[in-house]
Amino acid sequence: MSRTPRQQRARRLRTFRITVFVALGLFFLVPLISMAEYSTRVNGGGRSGAAWAALVTDPDLRSGILTSLELAVLTVVGMIVLLVPTMVWVRLRVPKAARTIEFLCLLPLTIPALVIVVGIAPVYAWVTYFLGNSALTLTFAYVVLVLPYSFRALDAGLSGIDVQTLSDAARSLGAGWFTVIARVIVPNIASALLSAAFISVALVLGEYTFASLLDFQNMQVVIDYLGKSNSQASVAASLAALIFGFLLLLLLTLVGRRRRGEPAVLAPTPQPGQEG
Amino acid sequence: MATAVTERTGLEVRLEGLSRHFGDVRALDNLDLTLHPGELVALLGPSGCGKTTALRLVAGLDEPDAGRILVGDRDVTHMPANKRDMGMVFQSYSLFPHLTTQENVAFGLKLRGTDRGAREKRAKEMLELVGLGHQANRYANQLSGGQQQRVALARALAIEPSVLLLDEPLSALDAKVRAQLRDEIRRVQLEVGTTALFVTHDQEEALAVADRVGVMNKGKIEQLAEPETLYNQPASHFVAEFVGLMNRVPCHVADGRVEVLGATLGAREGSLPSGPGDALVRPEQLEVAAAEGGSGRVITVSFLGSITRVRVRMPNGSELLAQASGAEAARLAADQVVTVSITAADVLVAPAD
Ligand SMILES: Nc1ncnc2c1ncn2[C@@H]1O[C@H](COP(=O)(O)OP(=O)(O)OP(=O)(O)O)[C@@H](O)[C@H]1O
Ligand SMILES: [Mg+2]
Repeated sequence: MSRTPRQQRARRLRTFRITVFVALGLFFLVPLISMAEYSTRVNGGGRSGAAWAALVTDPDLRSGILTSLELAVLTVVGMIVLLVPTMVWVRLRVPKAARTIEFLCLLPLTIPALVIVVGIAPVYAWVTYFLGNSALTLTFAYVVLVLPYSFRALDAGLSGIDVQTLSDAARSLGAGWFTVIARVIVPNIASALLSAAFISVALVLGEYTFASLLDFQNMQVVIDYLGKSNSQASVAASLAALIFGFLLLLLLTLVGRRRRGEPAVLAPTPQPGQEG
Repeated sequence: MATAVTERTGLEVRLEGLSRHFGDVRALDNLDLTLHPGELVALLGPSGCGKTTALRLVAGLDEPDAGRILVGDRDVTHMPANKRDMGMVFQSYSLFPHLTTQENVAFGLKLRGTDRGAREKRAKEMLELVGLGHQANRYANQLSGGQQQRVALARALAIEPSVLLLDEPLSALDAKVRAQLRDEIRRVQLEVGTTALFVTHDQEEALAVADRVGVMNKGKIEQLAEPETLYNQPASHFVAEFVGLMNRVPCHVADGRVEVLGATLGAREGSLPSGPGDALVRPEQLEVAAAEGGSGRVITVSFLGSITRVRVRMPNGSELLAQASGAEAARLAADQVVTVSITAADVLVAPAD
């Protein structure tokens, strides 16, 4: 049976798609599977969950993970408190400043992390002086770090609604500024907010450069350090972080799809995982 | 339905010498306007004349550079919008997308701490009032434009506002829904008794719903009057030409008499004192008759149902729009030679342009 050129083309396209899909799948999965395999390997045969148990039993690793999780939460809170009111205010009252704000927020993207760290190291001397030597002070640096990504996500969310009219309507009904933002703007950019938050979490969990150079023990620093003594636990922790990041992004996509009446807003997704 | 609404009479609203500049633009220029209690005043004017600016100042969404705003006996000039108790319906769709129709209407009451039962009851009543009682659980994106504006109206009225402000609430709707909804807004406003300020650039809309109409031009009110007065005795040529259709007929004024189209008429107050000018004449004040040796020539005859519009070219090249009744119109056709005469006793004369 002879095929029309059109059918042939469709067939070739399908083959091409499957090939690409399989190749990419292998490209992503093989390292992950290898990591899983390596982290559970026992010398001389057999499997063991010891390296994975170390995630909670190893005091350094556990505290590193906790620090990173706490940092993630604080960064998200800081980012939201800083960005949402500012962006709403700029849209309503000083639209002329919109370009400047965008430029400022995207700036960290254009400067290498290393350069930023060198720049803020002296500032951190003061931060430590006033707020103590807790790793959580990294929050300030991380809020700056996640600014470009969360700005993009929130900007897309705010562009999807008529901020001016909605806030005018709310104010004429008796809402003060806090109520306008909390009860009217935020619920209507919920998926953009979630997206901004998830991206921030993924970034913070994968952050190495800042923490290492400013001498704080976050998860990635501990993983790197452990790589020399207990490399299996280090690989287990990396894999756990990767999977966590992946799940977050998956959740984000699903949440974005599910919400009705509001366009699903996805920020440019940075690769979660290690930098170091 | 009427029982749903508590019996109230509106408050007097006074704008005194309001000015608002944006850079070089004088959006409002020393504007004075008084709304009597319970009255619906329409602000009518061309795009950019400052209507929205005036409304936003009254609502407290913007502050004037000079002047005062009084509601009842209270000076509210510098009171923030959320304390003013004014219901506002916006030109663009303004329902909160994350709330249902009923929650939207109840929003203002919730902020005032009204308890849940009372809130829901009131929201339902208001939705009934605008004819949407059965749509309480819908979201804005499930409603038509007209329905959304009705909900916005219900939402604005739910807080029992001291003043109702409407900024071209119908401009996004098609002609039929528009006419229907404007009558409905008027009915509801009369029922509730709230003083209302209705902004529009559609003169038909303004004349149809308002107790009085204020015609605005360049940040000022040119004339504030009842619709009939505005139409029949415009105070300026801007008002005359903005409200209704108007012909400009070349004429000559001297000693309070106007010579136009071969007749001599009285000059209305506000006319050009003397010299050549343009007489402002409505189509229904022009009579067209088929006549040998007439000076005009018919260009088109348009049948509009109850009336017929006739467009005539005059010897000087200008075009006039006249109105003819059925019997006369039947005898007219394009290219016919006609005489045009004025039936009015006096006219307003503007400087020639
Ligand atoms: N926020 C602002 N910044 C700068 N100029 C403004 C602002 N708001 C209004 N203007 C200017 O003030 C003038 C009056 O505007 P306004 O919105 O009151 O007009 P309007 O009568 O409501 O017109 P429309 O019928 O088109 O809605 C316009 O020239 C407009 O460009
Ligand atoms: Mg306007």
